[in-house]
Amino acid sequence: MAEALFSSKNQKILKDGMWDTNPITFQILGICSALAVTTQLKAAIIMSLGLTFVTAGSNVVISIIRNYIPPQIRIIVQLTVVSALVISIDQALRAYMFDVSKQLSVFVGLIITNCIVMGRLEAFAMGNPPWKSFLDGLANGVGYSAILIAIGAIREILGSGKLWGIPVIPELLYTQGYVNNGMMVLAPGAFFLLGIMVWIQRSISGYKENS
Amino acid sequence: MDVVHYLNLGIKAIFVENILLAFFLGNCSYIACSKKIDTAIGLGVAVTFVLTICTPICWAVKNFLLAKGALQWVSANLNGVDLSFLIFISFIAVIAAMTQIVEMLVEKFSPALYNALGIFLPLIAVNCAILGAALFMDQRNYNFMESVVFGFGSGIGWALAIIAMAAIRKKLAYSNIPAPLRGLGITMFISGLMSIGFMCFAGIRL
Repeated sequence: MAEALFSSKNQKILKDGMWDTNPITFQILGICSALAVTTQLKAAIIMSLGLTFVTAGSNVVISIIRNYIPPQIRIIVQLTVVSALVISIDQALRAYMFDVSKQLSVFVGLIITNCIVMGRLEAFAMGNPPWKSFLDGLANGVGYSAILIAIGAIREILGSGKLWGIPVIPELLYTQGYVNNGMMVLAPGAFFLLGIMVWIQRSISGYKENS
Repeated sequence: MDVVHYLNLGIKAIFVENILLAFFLGNCSYIACSKKIDTAIGLGVAVTFVLTICTPICWAVKNFLLAKGALQWVSANLNGVDLSFLIFISFIAVIAAMTQIVEMLVEKFSPALYNALGIFLPLIAVNCAILGAALFMDQRNYNFMESVVFGFGSGIGWALAIIAMAAIRKKLAYSNIPAPLRGLGITMFISGLMSIGFMCFAGIRL
């Protein structure tokens, strides 16, 4: 090993994925699930764990076999590796957390077509050694999770007055006439919140889109 | 009676439960390719086409190969075999193969459309709208005809949303948006407003 495990280069890989080139706000990848599973914090966290596992895992596997994959069929090979990981997650969820699995419904399966996974495989794992690819997958997974969890928490508090299923808005407020914002549970609330998140993240990181 | 049932299903797939605005599927290409109306129309047509073909094929794969007891037609011994855990991988294989075929056909018969769609055609394979529709078909236990109607309706709904978005973004070029909000940010807000608009269709039945 010529290079230390957490050399400055590797630290940069971590930081890029988590903040500077955040998969959701910068690379515009994986938005579908960011919107769909975030009505509750719990679902959002489980989805984040699943996606981080798949991204990091598939990055490592593809990176190990990258020199043996014929370029013409690489997409199919990538999809196969990703599907295998996703199937194992889905089966595990069904066995141990059936209610969450019901709630996430088709979106666990949709990790396969989540653009973050494929995007990182194409952009990073195909050209880098396993350890770096693992860091990259992990960082992108964490960057995605941060946004997902933030949106999940906000939507659950505003939409149903709960956090992790526990009521957090005091009863007093309801008797004073406070009502939950029903829009937050529905589709438009997710779009608006993600728009606001992107706005905030880009204001801080200073990234501008030239259109 | 039957026709009305299918019409209802179609309208539900297009408007009430629009696959993009209510289930957020196919969002990535929706945002990336809604800058120009031409590309939006091309991609909308391609997605509708692939969805209409893939959903019924996935239905056949599920009902003749994977579901519990589906292999009965091969031999009675296979009655108890349940391969439904293979649904993800077989659906994605069907979709990838179909997109490949569609790509080759379009390249042969309409080079102009092929050039316009360019990189987007292979990307349809990883468009979550396609796999999403197939998985919904599986979850809701549609029959063959229903899965055709559902696939077609979802495709039309998706195309409708992306074309409308491209039209709005064209107008948006003249407005003064705060720099960090440009691009993705404002697109999300507009999608939110469109989604509210589409919610008005809820409850429509023939």
